[in-house]
Amino acid sequence: MRILQILWDRRDFFLTCLLEHVRISLTAVICAGTLGVLTGIIISRHKKAANVVLGIINVVYTIPSISLLGFLIPFTGIGNKTAVIALTVYGLLPIVRNTYTGLVNVDASILEVAEGLGADKWQMLSGIRLPLALPVIISGFRNMVVMIIAMGGIASFIGAGGLGAAIYRGITTYNMTLTAAGSLLIAMFALFSDWLLAKAEKAAGRRYGIE
Amino acid sequence: MNKVIEIRDCTAAYGENKVLDHVSLHIDKGEFVVIIGPSGCGKTTLLKMINGLVAPVEGEVKIKGESLADCDLVAMRRSIGYAVQGAKLFPHKRVEENICYVPGLVKKMTAEDRRELAGRMLELVQLPRELASRFPSQLSGGQKQRVGIARAIAAKPDILLMDEPFGAVDEITRKGLQEELLALQQKTGMTVVFITHDIGEAFKLGSRILIMKEGMIWQEGMKEELLRNPRDGFVKKLLDR
Repeated sequence: MRILQILWDRRDFFLTCLLEHVRISLTAVICAGTLGVLTGIIISRHKKAANVVLGIINVVYTIPSISLLGFLIPFTGIGNKTAVIALTVYGLLPIVRNTYTGLVNVDASILEVAEGLGADKWQMLSGIRLPLALPVIISGFRNMVVMIIAMGGIASFIGAGGLGAAIYRGITTYNMTLTAAGSLLIAMFALFSDWLLAKAEKAAGRRYGIE
Repeated sequence: MNKVIEIRDCTAAYGENKVLDHVSLHIDKGEFVVIIGPSGCGKTTLLKMINGLVAPVEGEVKIKGESLADCDLVAMRRSIGYAVQGAKLFPHKRVEENICYVPGLVKKMTAEDRRELAGRMLELVQLPRELASRFPSQLSGGQKQRVGIARAIAAKPDILLMDEPFGAVDEITRKGLQEELLALQQKTGMTVVFITHDIGEAFKLGSRILIMKEGMIWQEGMKEELLRNPRDGFVKKLLDR
């Protein structure tokens, strides 16, 4: 009840934070999504490179997020830019891994038929491999989005905006309600995005006869 | 220039494992060649050599007078139909898109062109036009196989390669498919290379029958020749079945 009260009383503040959070997350999602899918496509062609790249991404993933933000400060300073970079790096793992897994697990006999019928490399990728890998890629994408939004809460520790600012302020001023309200908004934002993506996934499934 | 397919002294191997051992084969335009032999004899490899899915480590493959080693392989494949066991339709494409796949690779088709072509091909393989909007998962095994054939011949290829295309359908459906294929071949004058392990099917379809064993063409000829002069016990046993 007190949480709803504070959300209403300070709605301008929360709205600014939320919009900032959306902006940071969205930028990171676009960066990680593009970079991740491209990396996944490239490494799906070279098994050796795949092991190395996935290994590196796995190691980066084990770095605690707060220290990654710290490492980045000397290079990119504080603020939103650093937050976007850190979130992008974290977002890469699920999307690269799923794109890779999805692509290499496409039924080889189907690919051979496509090749035998005269599809060139690009037609194989765009017309057969990517669409068939799509369900796996989308599930990685959903994973990534939820993670980026949730982790976006920490970005305020290095001076970036977003709902983390509300949480951080709540902690430093010993205002539990403020912290809870910020957390609640992040959770709801994440759930809402996931719901939206689930709808998109369904639509894609209908288009491609997968259900 | 009647030889559409010339395989000259070709050897194929997967790593250390030799699958084809100095095979030579010439096929004339309009022939219906059936390849038969036990599994692992190299018949699929021989077929894949014709559309360049397998490259010989030794020897040369010439299709319509052009060597596969230095022609535009992608363009060449588009003029060669290819149908395999279990049809292997693209599961994410509707029947219509499956059928129009090869012509669509060459140039963008309008929705109308697609509908027209798919309708015509469905009729040719004796399927109702209503199937055009279905996904492969909504078809029966026999229907899939028919769509697979429609996809293979939609771009009017002059060569059609078939790798046990009727292996996974029931006896009655198979009979029907065989008859349709024969009629189709006679109508179009296509050159067909057809793999089977069913000697009855081979006799029914083939104008020439190739018996393979251990990566070699063991014996070839018309049905009567083979029955009259089987090379050895292996051939005799194969023909007896």
